[in-house]
Amino acid sequence: MVQAVNEVQDEVIEEFSMLDGDMEMTIGYIMELGDQLPEMAEEFKTENNIVKGCQSKVWLNASFSEGQIKFEADSNTAITKGLVSILVKILSNRIPQEIVDAELYFIDKIGLNRFIGTQRSNGLGAMIKQMKIYGLAFSTQIQDKFQ
Amino acid sequence: MAVVATKQELEAEKIRLEFPILHQQVNGKPLIYFDNAATNQKPQRVIEALKRHYQTDNANIHRGIHSLAERSTAAFEGTRKAVQKFINANEAEEIIFTKGTTESINLVAAAYGRKFLREGDEVLISAMEHHSNIVPWQMICEERKAILKVMPIDQKGDIILEEVDHLLSEKTKIIAFNHASNSLGTINPVKTLVQKAKLFGTKVLVDGAQATAHLPVDVQDLGVDFYAFSAHKMYAPTGLGVLYGKRDLLEKMPPYQGGGEMIKNVTFSKTTYNDIPYKFEAGTPDIANVIALQAAIEFIDELGKENIAAHEDTLLKYATEKLEEIESVRIIGKAKEKLSLVSFEVAGIHHFDLGIWMDAKGIAVRTGHHCTQPLMDFYGIEGTARASFSVYNTMAEIDAFAEALKDTVNKFK
Repeated sequence: MVQAVNEVQDEVIEEFSMLDGDMEMTIGYIMELGDQLPEMAEEFKTENNIVKGCQSKVWLNASFSEGQIKFEADSNTAITKGLVSILVKILSNRIPQEIVDAELYFIDKIGLNRFIGTQRSNGLGAMIKQMKIYGLAFSTQIQDKFQ
Repeated sequence: MAVVATKQELEAEKIRLEFPILHQQVNGKPLIYFDNAATNQKPQRVIEALKRHYQTDNANIHRGIHSLAERSTAAFEGTRKAVQKFINANEAEEIIFTKGTTESINLVAAAYGRKFLREGDEVLISAMEHHSNIVPWQMICEERKAILKVMPIDQKGDIILEEVDHLLSEKTKIIAFNHASNSLGTINPVKTLVQKAKLFGTKVLVDGAQATAHLPVDVQDLGVDFYAFSAHKMYAPTGLGVLYGKRDLLEKMPPYQGGGEMIKNVTFSKTTYNDIPYKFEAGTPDIANVIALQAAIEFIDELGKENIAAHEDTLLKYATEKLEEIESVRIIGKAKEKLSLVSFEVAGIHHFDLGIWMDAKGIAVRTGHHCTQPLMDFYGIEGTARASFSVYNTMAEIDAFAEALKDTVNKFK
């Protein structure tokens, strides 16, 4: 059974809470999460797949099959890769509507802004926006099909 | 508080007492501020000068007849004289207050460039310029159909002087370069370049943003026509800059902006302009910050630029040694003469990641392209991490920085 968006978010929050807000441990953990991100195929690292608004380079690819969106991503910086990895964990392999409706409260709950700074938070916002745009685009595609 | 310049390390500890901001913890660690090339911190006397102005003297300057206006005007014009002395300008009227180095350069590009650049004329800059000494020239060259040319540098980060001889000609109307590079630390041979330029009657603008807090600046001895710098990089508040220009040039230049202060007489059919420097100071200036700048100049003068340079050179040498001990570190910029800053990259670690790890350890360094993208392209890199030192930094801080860097490098192994 696939976990709901909020169940995965709550797990992420729980894991971060064990780090007690320690700056170095949190950054180290974010980097570890980045290492766990499945490798993105080189062919997807295109100019088109670069998320605009991020300070570091982030590639995001979305593919749609059997009603679900699968996200693949990568970044040229380790910490950003970790952040992307959290988003992929929460939002990948879901039906478009779930992605569109997702309320990502984990960022505030963890207090990520404190660890990554406002400028990177803006980048995180840009990634989420891009994922939601994909969600919306594919949900329209479904509607079109049934019209 | 008077600071006596004696032994270097002792001096730094004593000087630190005058900087309240340095005595704090960041992310649970004592703050190590190595981002001085971006902006340096302000001594208590500068903060006090601002406070005093607003608590006792604040009024708009010039034209006011009352006592507060008189006091504010006297303090404001007092700073102009202090700046004149600080850079040894011939007269105080050659000192124009601006928003910063960027505006100072834009002023010259727009006012001088618009009047004197013709189609086919050339403007010469160096390959290590900050965007603020590139873009204004690109803009005016486009407008006047002039050509922008670039003095190349070598791998160490020095301008290739022989190439300059090939680039300069009667067509070169303006040459603009920095006194010291914000990305590499290179101190440029201003006098040599001025001598070369003068052979062709080329006017010289020097971007002194990085220089004024560290190097002796004597505009007459250097022989420059324009010298631009920012207050906030020399212990004074943000939002204020200076443009020095030779009187005869400033007088020939049209105003840059219109408004109050810059006029002599206004009617709807004709406006006559005020004399320099007021012709270039439209609107109410940054009064409080100008007044505080005088306190910053006093601070620098009391320490003595020679003592400042000696201390900072020691820090640079020590930091360079420490960085060279770390295998994966590559220093970008090894010019013959350098300011007290070191740009570097670490193999396998993106500079953004490095910046975040350093911050987690309480250390402020700058990361990125430092507003010098063409220079980064030259070195084939996206950006660097940069540690830049000031008079209040210590050897112990460099030790802590080196340890933090080693620890970070290990995390990426």
